[in-house]
Amino acid sequence: MQALYAQLLVGLINGSFYALLSLGLAVIFGMLNIINFAHGALYMMGAFCAYFLLHLTGLGYWPALIIAPIVVGIFGMILERTMLQWLTGLDHLYGLLLTFGIALIVQGVFQNYFGSSGLPYAIPDELKGGMNLGFMFLPIYRGWVVVFSLIVCIATWYLIEKTRLGANLRAATENPTLVRAFGINVPRMITLTYGLGVGLAALAGVLSAPINQVRPLMGADLIIVVFAVVVIGGMGSIMGSIITGFALGVIEGLTKYFYPEASNTVVFVLMVLVLLVKPTGLTGRAA
Amino acid sequence: MKQQISALLFGTALALCVTAAMAQDKNVKIGVLTDNSGLYSDLGGAGSTLAAQMAIEDSGLAAKGWKIDLISADHQNKPDIATTIARQWIDVEKVDILMDVLNSGVGLAINNLVKEKNAVMINTGAATSDLTNAQCSPNTVHWVYDTYMLANSTGQALVKAGGDTWYFLTADYAFGHALERDTTAVVVKSGGKVIGTVKHPLNSSDFSSFLLQAQASKAKIVGMANAGGDTTNTIKQASEFGIVAGGQKLAGLLLFITDVHSLGLKVAQGLTFTETFYWDLNDGTRAFSKRFSERMKNKAQPSMVQAGVYSGLIHYFKTLEAMGGNVHDGIKVVDKMKSLPTDDALFGKGSIRVDGRKIHPAYLFEVKKPEESKGPWDYYKLIGTTPGDQAFRPLSESACPLVKK
Amino acid sequence: MSALTDDTLPASPRAVRDEMVVFVVMAALLLIVPWTGIYPFFVMQALCFALLACAFNLLIGYGGLLSFGHAMFLGTAGYLTAHALKVWGLSPELGILFGTLGAAALGVITGYVSIRRQGIYFSMITLALSQLLFFVYLQTPFTHGEDGIQGIPQGYLFGVFNLAKPITLYYVVLAGFLGGFLIIYRTINSPFGEVLKAIRENEPRAISLGYKTDQYKLVAFILSGTLAGFAGSLKVFVAQNASLTDVHWTMSGEVVLMTLVGGLGTVFGPVVGAFVIIAMQQYLAGFGQWVTVIQGVIFVTCVLTFRRGVIGEIAHYFRRSL
Repeated sequence: MQALYAQLLVGLINGSFYALLSLGLAVIFGMLNIINFAHGALYMMGAFCAYFLLHLTGLGYWPALIIAPIVVGIFGMILERTMLQWLTGLDHLYGLLLTFGIALIVQGVFQNYFGSSGLPYAIPDELKGGMNLGFMFLPIYRGWVVVFSLIVCIATWYLIEKTRLGANLRAATENPTLVRAFGINVPRMITLTYGLGVGLAALAGVLSAPINQVRPLMGADLIIVVFAVVVIGGMGSIMGSIITGFALGVIEGLTKYFYPEASNTVVFVLMVLVLLVKPTGLTGRAA
Repeated sequence: MKQQISALLFGTALALCVTAAMAQDKNVKIGVLTDNSGLYSDLGGAGSTLAAQMAIEDSGLAAKGWKIDLISADHQNKPDIATTIARQWIDVEKVDILMDVLNSGVGLAINNLVKEKNAVMINTGAATSDLTNAQCSPNTVHWVYDTYMLANSTGQALVKAGGDTWYFLTADYAFGHALERDTTAVVVKSGGKVIGTVKHPLNSSDFSSFLLQAQASKAKIVGMANAGGDTTNTIKQASEFGIVAGGQKLAGLLLFITDVHSLGLKVAQGLTFTETFYWDLNDGTRAFSKRFSERMKNKAQPSMVQAGVYSGLIHYFKTLEAMGGNVHDGIKVVDKMKSLPTDDALFGKGSIRVDGRKIHPAYLFEVKKPEESKGPWDYYKLIGTTPGDQAFRPLSESACPLVKK
Repeated sequence: MSALTDDTLPASPRAVRDEMVVFVVMAALLLIVPWTGIYPFFVMQALCFALLACAFNLLIGYGGLLSFGHAMFLGTAGYLTAHALKVWGLSPELGILFGTLGAAALGVITGYVSIRRQGIYFSMITLALSQLLFFVYLQTPFTHGEDGIQGIPQGYLFGVFNLAKPITLYYVVLAGFLGGFLIIYRTINSPFGEVLKAIRENEPRAISLGYKTDQYKLVAFILSGTLAGFAGSLKVFVAQNASLTDVHWTMSGEVVLMTLVGGLGTVFGPVVGAFVIIAMQQYLAGFGQWVTVIQGVIFVTCVLTFRRGVIGEIAHYFRRSL
């Protein structure tokens, strides 16, 4: 039973990454109507950014937590302005293809310069060590990841669902022409939204840098799992994608305990089941 | 009688002519087929091509009238791309020998092709011990290491040092299963006990739940029967969960110096695993590695795969020289290679067995603590040596058809 | 919303005639390849991928469904054929049949799941399903994990044709490719194909006209998967191995790229695209490191400036259907 609690907690940690990433995807999808295939590559860039900040400028983990999302977010906004923007009015699938291409380029370039085995990034001193919770040894850093990503998720949800800015954003999704008539700069809003979504991915990257090796392909496989998470949750609601992210992390954690052989397929199997029962996803509206 | 003698003379003359014609053929073409862009590019990649280049220069054959060409390509870790490239190399470019060929899937595919085309492969990168076991070939030499040797050397040495209870973290596919099976056999034979195992999916980013189980098992040794990114992530997260600090020892069953380099000593310290080459072993390896790293783009020291390319080619050149020319006949060349003892600065004296297995000692290393390291790439402490004749799978257990029992 | 394919072209008898002319030229060119000094193994491999891309194109170009998981059919059929030939010792024709039927069965199951959503969701679902299969194949013993199934005997097709001879193998692969190509061509010009196009253009309208659109999409998906599987079975004879590469998502991405380069929804585009991409992989192999980056750049360039693809642009320029 103790081991079970431990696995639940561990699942929650993975869930925080799923939640942050699927949240970013949902935010972007809501505004731009594209699925950002480059999300995994941008997550990786976040981690690399933290590495460079440390090794080139000496800025540690805490500044990286703020600077990396901003830097990668700006990179994302440049992408949006120079490329994605030209796809407005075209079939959404072009967005998928374009971002897939971007992902290949980014991952390829990083692989060429930094090899594939990856670079080390240490856990910040303040969060080193662990606590004995009685039923498990919890590294403090992992606890921090769960708490911090919960806060970020809720803040994002609040920003979009409860503030004036968020209201404008949602209105612009529903009817861009009308919102433009109110004097709101819709294209700029789209750019900022893409930047926000990308920033969330980069933030997840920084959070994962001390846990995982900083590798060019760290996001490549992860993004497919997150896609499945998004299909399960539906991209209709922000809260939906947060909850599904955490929930699937926990389910995956349990699978690792009860039947580890299936732990990398369980999310996909769940996706199939959800599609059979409720094709629009758990929280999604009919497409 | 007279007729007979003249026929004999004629025959001898003809034979002499043929030998002379063959001896005149001093063209050799070498193809380095490796991963230039993917997961293993640090291990082989451009460094393997450089090692081959250095072997050509050091052989001194050019001065003796030989013409040696070197080409290389990226097999992108895809067996069918690799076979198409290699097939074209052999058919069109007249490549005689394929070097490196890391990645087990690619290595086995090329193994078949080289046999079909009667060319030569010196494989220095693939881990699978099948290359010299069930799938052995008269055209292939497996140079540096294989899974059986790694499991054997690491398992044996650690049990001897008191690590008699093991818990395995195993990548859940054929490769991981094989490593675990081979290591378990050795551990049990040496008097140790395996008290548990957990299988994890390939390319996991999160090992915490598996590490928790390993920790709870209280085994003295946590054996990692996985490779590449999975191993480095396991090590990194093990240090986070305090596995090594809690008194358990991590044993890597397939780990390279490039992995240690990318992990950093802080995380990797205390790891124990087997390699057959380390740049700082002796004067010979140091001299070679110094020249090598000066010519590498990122000043890296050679990995054992790259060192194997150099060492393998040196022996290949020696064989060709002994044969007086290039006969362009893979089986003949490999047979001759097997009959000659190997000797070079990197792997020392050794031999090639009838199944194609290159025999040399295996070294058990422990990764230094950061404060023990005197500079970049100073990573290992040598803690044990398994002699060549005990390190590899004995011929008596071999399933290779070339081995006559 | 503009569709993925160029529909400014009229479907007319002239279009069909044009296409037949091009088909004959293509077949003639391919027939003389062994006498041109072009390396036949390269062409064989490209032909297998060309058939795969054509099968993929049937879904995207005529059904509007972008599958990001077509590698699963290629790989499944490849594994099944390889296993049948090597372990069970079946003859080549039975091996191909077994692999292709396996892909068809997979098409039924995955199709049933994935056509429940459209557009981007469909792409993500197919991607996730193929990743699921990737892990399954990684773990099941018969695929031999990373080692793959190696040294597959080529055997005698119908007991007569020795497939170990490159020239025989070439014509067998060519016949397979042309056969598959004609099936696809026939399908898109049939009433069934017309309904598919109608669904792609406006699904609600097609439904209101009384078409059970889901059934049409499912049949198209199964057909596409089956033909992709057929390509995978043929490829086993060329490569003589079956490996995880063929079920990995990067392979699915390459298929998309091939079709995009050649021209989505054009009849001959996927063939041209496959040859371009395979040639690139082979000839860039010597340059090493930049293959993925170049592929990415081609993706981006195609989407931004060259959406009709090579054949699509030519067709558009001459206002012909190709």
